[in-house]
Amino acid sequence: MEAVADNRVGSTAIIALTMAAGMVLAVMPLPGSVPPELGYLRPDWVVMVLIYWIIALPHRVGIVTAWGTGLIVDVLLGSLLGQHALAYIVIAYVASSLYQRLRMFTVWQQALVVFAMLGMNRLIIFWTESIAGLAQWNMWYLLPAVSGALLWPVVFLMLRAMRRKLNVS
Amino acid sequence: MLGLGLLSIALMFVDHVTGWLDGTRAVMTVAVTPVIVIADLPRRSTRGLGELFSSRGNLRGRISQLESELILLRVKTEKMAALTVENNRLRGLLGSAAKLQDNVLVAELIGVNPDPEDQQVVIDKGSADNVYVGQPVLDARGLMGQVMEVSQFTSRVLLISDQTHSIPVQVMRSNLRLIAQGTGIDQQLELLHVNSTADIKVGDQLLSSGLGNRFPVGYPVGVVDRVDYEPGKPFAEVIARPSARLDRTRHVLLVFTESRSPSANSDTGNSDGSSG
Repeated sequence: MEAVADNRVGSTAIIALTMAAGMVLAVMPLPGSVPPELGYLRPDWVVMVLIYWIIALPHRVGIVTAWGTGLIVDVLLGSLLGQHALAYIVIAYVASSLYQRLRMFTVWQQALVVFAMLGMNRLIIFWTESIAGLAQWNMWYLLPAVSGALLWPVVFLMLRAMRRKLNVS
Repeated sequence: MLGLGLLSIALMFVDHVTGWLDGTRAVMTVAVTPVIVIADLPRRSTRGLGELFSSRGNLRGRISQLESELILLRVKTEKMAALTVENNRLRGLLGSAAKLQDNVLVAELIGVNPDPEDQQVVIDKGSADNVYVGQPVLDARGLMGQVMEVSQFTSRVLLISDQTHSIPVQVMRSNLRLIAQGTGIDQQLELLHVNSTADIKVGDQLLSSGLGNRFPVGYPVGVVDRVDYEPGKPFAEVIARPSARLDRTRHVLLVFTESRSPSANSDTGNSDGSSG
């Protein structure tokens, strides 16, 4: 009984750590030697980690976790409180209703669905920003969805290896 | 799901329209500060490694170079101090209120907003060091921006190159007053509503004009880079390059203008009268 409890706490810690790692990647400054335009390619790491955990452990990670994570990201990026939170719960809703199907897919098929979800995430954030009058459309806005989808296999395989090794459940 | 969605929308509305959530945000920012510090570690450590592996000769050369630079600057400062005193006395005679003396506090840059459209940086001084919203931020070459959000140990600075940022400037040569707006990622300034006959040309130095009571008077803002006038358009298109090195500065200066001076901690040694 105690071992189960330990496992639960440990799993929560590992999930939280991976989210924190995603956030670190999300705000890591680019070195001064690369052109700032490369920043447009930065994928939404936190969303990708979130999607992974929803597919892997839908009973643990769901809409509430997504909302909390979104609020933290809002504070981290200085955006309107609730902006990423709103986008994340929509993504979490879609991911948690599709998780059974997603598990059957090959990793590249998953990448396609993840591309759609990341694009949706970007669009919701853009909509809320433009309603508040803080953003102007430009065509680079969806690039993070492309780079995120291309990096999805890496994220997925790494997180899965970690989950199996550490027996996160 | 619906409830949380509505809650998010309500939060966004309140955050955008009022300032009620600023305190909450400041507390939460303190909680996520470790993430920002960790994210900055690679850059910090590569700099440290560079210093570790640079040769003795290199370092010696650098020190002597810095020493000669220091002497030069010292001479300039001495001259400057005399001039400042004289200027203030003359202004006193004229009955003018503007004084050329500002206190500054050095801060280090620890984060950059990852979205290249948002020209914002995070610095390592916050309300614990009396930083306040709207405070002007400089680097060694010119004005960088203003503080837009303060938490206890960090604050977020909006750079003058952000698309939502405008600063009142004047041309040093002709005293022409203008507004300079940021252009976003290419880190330039666009001068708004410039008459086609206005006295402005490439190479003109732009200084902050102090109008609007946000920025102090007389700090360099930029240099005019391009002046285009197309017949048929109401205004000339004038682009300036910011004087501050917005994308590579590591250390910035927070300016305390006369109305808001750092009251208690002036004895910590990091605030010092400077520049005029």
